Amino acid sequence: MSLRVENLRCYRAGRLVVSGLSFQVAAGEAVMLRGPNGAGKSTVLRALAGMLQFDGTVELDGVSLAKDRDTVQEKIAYAGHLDAIKPQLTVEENLRFWANLFGGSGFDRAMQDFHLSELADRPAHTCSAGQKRRLGLARLAVSDRPLWLLDEPTVSLDVETTARFAEILRHHCAAGGMALVATHIDLGLDAPREIRMAPIQQADPDHHRHDAFLGEVWE
Amino acid sequence: MSATTALLSRELKLALRSGGGAGLGLAFFLIVVVLVPFGVGPVPELLAKIAPGILWVAALLACLLSLDRLFQTDFEDGTLDILTLSPLPLEALVAIKALAHWLTTGLPLVIAAPVLGLTLNLPETAYLWLVASLVVGTPALSFLGAVGAALTVGIRRGGLLLSLLVLPLYVPTLIFGARVVTSAADGTETQAAFLLLVGLTLFTFAGAPFAAAYALRMHMR
Repeated sequence: MSLRVENLRCYRAGRLVVSGLSFQVAAGEAVMLRGPNGAGKSTVLRALAGMLQFDGTVELDGVSLAKDRDTVQEKIAYAGHLDAIKPQLTVEENLRFWANLFGGSGFDRAMQDFHLSELADRPAHTCSAGQKRRLGLARLAVSDRPLWLLDEPTVSLDVETTARFAEILRHHCAAGGMALVATHIDLGLDAPREIRMAPIQQADPDHHRHDAFLGEVWE
Repeated sequence: MSATTALLSRELKLALRSGGGAGLGLAFFLIVVVLVPFGVGPVPELLAKIAPGILWVAALLACLLSLDRLFQTDFEDGTLDILTLSPLPLEALVAIKALAHWLTTGLPLVIAAPVLGLTLNLPETAYLWLVASLVVGTPALSFLGAVGAALTVGIRRGGLLLSLLVLPLYVPTLIFGARVVTSAADGTETQAAFLLLVGLTLFTFAGAPFAAAYALRMHMR
């Protein structure tokens, strides 16, 4: 099991955000994506999850994401800025739905690991931001997917929960899983590999050419 | 529990909980039909004549009411992103959501329609056909509506645009649906219009999930 990314280039709303990014993630590895705001970390994660168009090569286990999106997507769990929680449902109903949908085991384990058992009957709209985030992350544990794509997973988590989440992440990797994590903080993993990203300053020449006419008009 | 039943039961639960849209369509349907006699006057012959059309138009508009929520809330809270990673293909997802929309919006209308037919003095011969035409026709409204909802998913307050997109597509269903009931009320032959209505609905089942899934994919680029 491995993820190979070569020469990744992504646009967001027509603007070049990521260019020439190449890296690999091996089984059992958690790799940190680092960079200032606007460096394109979220964009990379969305592209790798197949939710955004991209140029370049993305292969999971030798299967190309561009060619066979469904196969690759069935090995991915993604946690973005939004927790995908329904406020009308209780905490347990929310998590149970994802567990049933993804067919993953370990529902009870996830409820315990993320300290959701005492919240089980609470409607999700009464939960705090940190509790919702815990529920959002618990989805990863019930979806049984080898590759975790995490976008700022520790936002609004307290120190203790952050440490527990790092522990869960370590477990996931120890069991042969992989994770790509965009984060600003030190998760406390043992010297994880880091990918540094910087915002793209000048516009991409290829992309600029489309606007040649407008450029002339402006001048 | 399989992924299909998990999604369907969640959709039903969400629609029936507070804040869901299940009661909205039915309430609208009741209000419109009950108000009509006040507007046109209590002339039994006139009401009997316009009853099929009123019932069908009101049912159609009631279906439209809760459509804009079909994908919008899932899009806004990030659920749609995660659903694309699920083992269900996007086409199946659309079909399940449209089915849930029909079960919570269309089906109550079918059940309420005969009672409302009474208040409009609908001729006796037409009740069976009224129910039959609504059972067959309203699922098409939900499935066609799913296409419109998918096209307008990224647009805030896209309800108006959704109506403009979907209403023209509803017209054939409305024509044949109301035709079935009118013919039944007149005591003339209903079969041709009814079969065309069935055909339309089957065509919609076959095409709409693919069109809506394609529209959703376009939004994720």
